[in-house]
Amino acid sequence: MPTPTPHEDRVHSEEFLHTLMRRQLKLSIACAATFLVALLGMPLLNYYAPALMATRVAGFTLSWLILGVLFFPFVWIISWRFIKQSIALEQDEVKSVKR
Amino acid sequence: MNLLIATAGAIDPWIVAFSLVTVVVTVWMGFRSAKTSKTASDFFVAGRSVSVGWNASAISGEYLSAASFMGIAGMVMSSGYDALWYPVCYACGYLFLLLFIAGPLRRFGAYTIPDFAEGRYDSPLFRKIAVCFVLFIGFFYTMPQMKGAGVTLAYIFPGMPYWAGVVLVGAVITLNVALGGMKGITLVQAVQYWIKVFAISVPIFVLAAVYGFYGTHLGANQAPGEAAAPVMAAEVSRHDLPEKAPKDAPWVSPFGPLTTKAVNAAAAALPADQRAAYLAEHQKPYSLLYTYSLIIALVCGTAGLPHILVRFYTNPDGVAAKRTTMWVMILIGVFYVFPPVFGVIGRNLMPELYAGVGAKGTDKVVLELPTLLTQKLGVVGSILSGITCAGAFAAFMSTFSGLLVSMTGALAHDVYGRMLRPQSTPAERLFAFKVAAVLIGGVAITLGCFVEVLEINFMVGQAFAIAAASYFPLLFMSVWWRGMTMKGAATGMLTGGLCALVAAALTNLATLALDKGPMGKVFASFKGLNDFWAAHPLLRILCEQPAIWTVPLAITLMIVISKATAASAPANVRMKMLVLHAPEQLGLKQEYIQEQQAGAGH
Repeated sequence: MPTPTPHEDRVHSEEFLHTLMRRQLKLSIACAATFLVALLGMPLLNYYAPALMATRVAGFTLSWLILGVLFFPFVWIISWRFIKQSIALEQDEVKSVKR
Repeated sequence: MNLLIATAGAIDPWIVAFSLVTVVVTVWMGFRSAKTSKTASDFFVAGRSVSVGWNASAISGEYLSAASFMGIAGMVMSSGYDALWYPVCYACGYLFLLLFIAGPLRRFGAYTIPDFAEGRYDSPLFRKIAVCFVLFIGFFYTMPQMKGAGVTLAYIFPGMPYWAGVVLVGAVITLNVALGGMKGITLVQAVQYWIKVFAISVPIFVLAAVYGFYGTHLGANQAPGEAAAPVMAAEVSRHDLPEKAPKDAPWVSPFGPLTTKAVNAAAAALPADQRAAYLAEHQKPYSLLYTYSLIIALVCGTAGLPHILVRFYTNPDGVAAKRTTMWVMILIGVFYVFPPVFGVIGRNLMPELYAGVGAKGTDKVVLELPTLLTQKLGVVGSILSGITCAGAFAAFMSTFSGLLVSMTGALAHDVYGRMLRPQSTPAERLFAFKVAAVLIGGVAITLGCFVEVLEINFMVGQAFAIAAASYFPLLFMSVWWRGMTMKGAATGMLTGGLCALVAAALTNLATLALDKGPMGKVFASFKGLNDFWAAHPLLRILCEQPAIWTVPLAITLMIVISKATAASAPANVRMKMLVLHAPEQLGLKQEYIQEQQAGAGH
């Protein structure tokens, strides 16, 4: 075990862990919320706006088109954004410690 | 022997050839790559030289099981819109894994969930508790794979009984795993993904070009509130639907036969004049409840599947783990667009499957639908049906092998190597691995023989529900809450998981009791449960889809018990949380699993 350097003291501080976890959790929750609103909103739309969701688009009902096809790219976009931001966040943390 | 001669004439050589090639190539590749990886760390570390693309293909290959390949199409055909929640949540569940679990778990450096349970709480006891669920979830997951095998063989060799297919395929895979042919499976699984995606998409393109596209076939079904279906009979030559098939309106719109089964059964038990009023009042709200419970089970369950989480350790670091997860979502998302198309076209062009039960029912639509092309394109129909059969083999072989490796590992390392004989030599452990593989394979085959009348996709959903109530709360809470104690984690996981397990088992036993064949006689004592549920449809829904109460129950128990036993929280919890969450560049990562495991890591 090498002797602790100043930056290691900072890494092991309570404050660092607290900000680290809070920032990462905030990002995860923001992405999860976008996803959950869409996913959990779908049954509600089906329930309260059945006529709208039965609208035909190229043979599909709107409800079928969203769930059977469009939902997949929507989730890809969320995950792509999450990865971009979480990598940036990690680099930022590394920088803040090594400074 | 007479049976063999009688069926020989009906066997299509193309279908047999494609299926056989898939089996032989899988076994051969497995043995070839097994030679280069001898130990557990080889198995995982070898993967680290693999690119994100290969790794994502391998995870997708292991994940796309008989449920994805055959079950979804069968369920969309039998139940319509509501079945779409399965493919969507199978794919999107990875988002939860990505957002909350993949990165931290990879940084922690534990290979399996039991490893993590022990490392996070410094408790060998908790490891033993956690290992049970590898087996529970695993057996629920292998049953549908076995049904897939039985259905596929009964299709390829008409006249072959369902159980014979289960025994044959189960025995081949079990032997393969026991002889060590499935150790270094990253490459095999990756290739299997591409076989599956090819096998599911190419027949659809040909079928759509000949018989009309996805939307056209869907448009032939008249939605509620429409005067007529938007696509006329002239465009799609629909065959007459048999008596047992659901009508167009409930099939094509939400809250259809899948989610309203319990209420419909309850209504049927009422006097005729009260039925309409009862259905109007209860059908949609209960169906909404069912839908939400299903969504929770599948989304949370994906993030807690033991045989999938293991694969994340083939990533070099947390960032690669996240990238891999994203690619997995893209690869499986592309795949999941196709299976429902089989169900939609099958409803219009092959409705006779509605009349069949078990191996002759809608679960085989993926295999049989391409044979329609024989009338128009001759041999192309047989070739495409052979391709989908090959895909089905790839599906249940890869998933069953992966599960068998996980479960055997758990039994051989944890139960034998750590509990029964901690002092055993590597040779003894190797032998224990083989015995465990045969034992688990045997149990899986036996269970598989009983489930012919249950839907493949539904059974996999149950495995997800158990994972959602046991491993998901464990991982999620352990990663993000420092206050968790071992006692809290264990109580929550055991209570939630066992409740889900019992609920799933009761549902299956009650369904089997209704069977008109031999299974109905075997399970006749559970018939009373159906009468009880007819009087209490809400209880039936909560039993059939337990996630809506078991997941909150598990999490609540974890919080309450952990608060009550706060004094026993691990002493160095801050360091553990730091390892879980700090970026790798800070050099905090520790490999939890040391070489001592390698000996047992067959």
